[in-house]
Amino acid sequence: MDANKDSNAEVSRTYRQMVWHHFRKKRLAMLGLWITIILFVVAIFAPLLANDRPILFCSKGKCHWPLFSGMEQADGTVWKDLKKEVPFILQNNAGGSGNFALWPPVPYSPTEYNLLDFLASPNRQHWFGTDDSGRDVLSRMIHGARVSLSVGFVAVGIAVVIGVFLGALAGYFGGWWDILISRLIEIMVTIPTFFLIIAIIAFLPPSIYNIMVVIGITGWTGAARFVRAEFLKLKQLDFIMALKALGASNNRIIFLHMLPNAMAPVLVSAVFGIAGAILTESSLSFLGFGVPPPTPSWGDILSQSRDYIEFAWWLTVFPGFAIFLSITAYNLVGDGLRDAMDPKLFE
Amino acid sequence: MKGYILKRLLQIIPTLLGITFITFLIIQLAPGNPATLKLQMSGQGQLGDRGISPEVIEQTKKLYGLDKPLHEQYLLWVKRVFTLDFGTSYKDHRNVWEKIAERLPVTLQLNLISIFLVYLIAIPFGVYSAVRPGSFWDHALTLFFFFLYSLPSFWVAVLLIMFLGGGDFWDIFPAYNISSIGAEALSPPQWLLDRVWHLVLPVTCLTYGGLAYLSRLTRANMLEVIREDYVRTARAKGLSERVVIFKHAFRNALLPIITLLAFLLPSMFGGSVIIESIFSIPGMGQLGFEAVLGRDYPVIMAITTVSAMLTLIGLLISDLLYAAMDPRIKLE
Repeated sequence: MDANKDSNAEVSRTYRQMVWHHFRKKRLAMLGLWITIILFVVAIFAPLLANDRPILFCSKGKCHWPLFSGMEQADGTVWKDLKKEVPFILQNNAGGSGNFALWPPVPYSPTEYNLLDFLASPNRQHWFGTDDSGRDVLSRMIHGARVSLSVGFVAVGIAVVIGVFLGALAGYFGGWWDILISRLIEIMVTIPTFFLIIAIIAFLPPSIYNIMVVIGITGWTGAARFVRAEFLKLKQLDFIMALKALGASNNRIIFLHMLPNAMAPVLVSAVFGIAGAILTESSLSFLGFGVPPPTPSWGDILSQSRDYIEFAWWLTVFPGFAIFLSITAYNLVGDGLRDAMDPKLFE
Repeated sequence: MKGYILKRLLQIIPTLLGITFITFLIIQLAPGNPATLKLQMSGQGQLGDRGISPEVIEQTKKLYGLDKPLHEQYLLWVKRVFTLDFGTSYKDHRNVWEKIAERLPVTLQLNLISIFLVYLIAIPFGVYSAVRPGSFWDHALTLFFFFLYSLPSFWVAVLLIMFLGGGDFWDIFPAYNISSIGAEALSPPQWLLDRVWHLVLPVTCLTYGGLAYLSRLTRANMLEVIREDYVRTARAKGLSERVVIFKHAFRNALLPIITLLAFLLPSMFGGSVIIESIFSIPGMGQLGFEAVLGRDYPVIMAITTVSAMLTLIGLLISDLLYAAMDPRIKLE
């Protein structure tokens, strides 16, 4: 028994290593992976990358962390006025000699507006320009990455959980379960997904969580199909029959033995799903049904660009490119993963 | 063959009922439904910031019978769907089905032309890629289509308007509507030209995304078919490569591609919403968009149901086409 367990563990480690080895060989897939990692880092560290107050402020020998503590000003000078003289990150003599401030690279918060400086084209103060309320576009884009990625991951997480559950049920038990669930999949596929999402969102109050849930519950069909197909194949194998003969419970068979073997195509579909979810969230925000203001979103910036399309090219090019880059990156990773897991390569 | 058609038609009925069921579930989310009141409370415990007037709530209740028991509600809804009675729009009190019927041809025009173009462009490229796998052009085309597929359609639409539709650069194509003002006065060929001129940008936006998938599928299918024994036999018989590829391999590879139609239709309808609202095209997508904006529930439900029905019809057509082309089914 123990010998079996050991060789099982050895085999799965080798499988993962083999897949990774194949994946690494493809340059495009690795490029996609790097981009997704960078995006992830940007999303996580967004408040440190773009904010309207310094990360660190030392005056008269005492140091504070205004970003975290919410300190409003430095010895009588509000951060806004201090900001005007910021060269780049480091600022000496901030609001008095001997003071020192460490700013985030983009010294603007995504919601801070300045009606005197609206629709500015990219310049030294605002590297990506400003929108029609004077909000810094780069800052909005950095925080928008957070929104896009979180919606992508959570929505796909929900979709995978539902899909794997239903697919396993249909594949393992067959019979009426299979007929019912397969019909359900057919029906969900027939209704145009985007319409469905818009229709459901129209009935709900605007919130980022509603969007995550709606994209999740409309996108599970892919994962369900794959899991069902894998389960149907696995059911025929001898080791499953052996497990049943040994008296293993259904739960145990499904979760411990069959699911781990069925997850490969689900992983691929999940990665593509993230790309799709990012696109859907951007489309919804573009149409005005997405995350409610003032939360920044790439699609939201892009929708503004329509009103100023004759001259405000920075409102069009930058967020659109960001969406394009994220989608491409996840598509590349998904593609590479699918090719790396292709069983024909293991012969 | 007749038996197959009949069987296929019968199979549609449960799917149809399933669609009515899912749309029915959505209706349950409508305001004024005591059962889902909780869902509509936003974080502060108020009824979402949508300013829904009590008249609208009353109207919705009456239209869908939200205060009746569930099974009665469902039967009411099914009856409505089958008699195409979707109520009257909250916005202008016109019959909803009428509004849809007058916009349907425009959306169909847009989508059918796009699907046709996708097939027209993607298939030859897919065949070429299959005939010369691994070549420079194979890789270049795959990469190019992949690049196109990743471009968000609304971004492309805005960029096209910016560069070609009267922005800072050229002003070649119109950015709005599908016919110029006063187009009815033009002679038929002029009218057609004017219509085509207006359709160029929106059709481009709907078309480019589907090229990647279809060309890849064609390539994969062709590669599989080329490996088959009968292709080797054809070559051994001395037939020219041209005949082998186009007369034998291609036709067999084409079969699964016909069924692709079933999947292109739903995505096209979805894409329509965005494209139609950007280009101000008076189609079903724009109607749906405005309905959602104005919380016009009867129209929203009607459009969701109708587009699902249309997709179902598309599925049926593609299945029947497949049956007509595949001699194995004909003989059943």
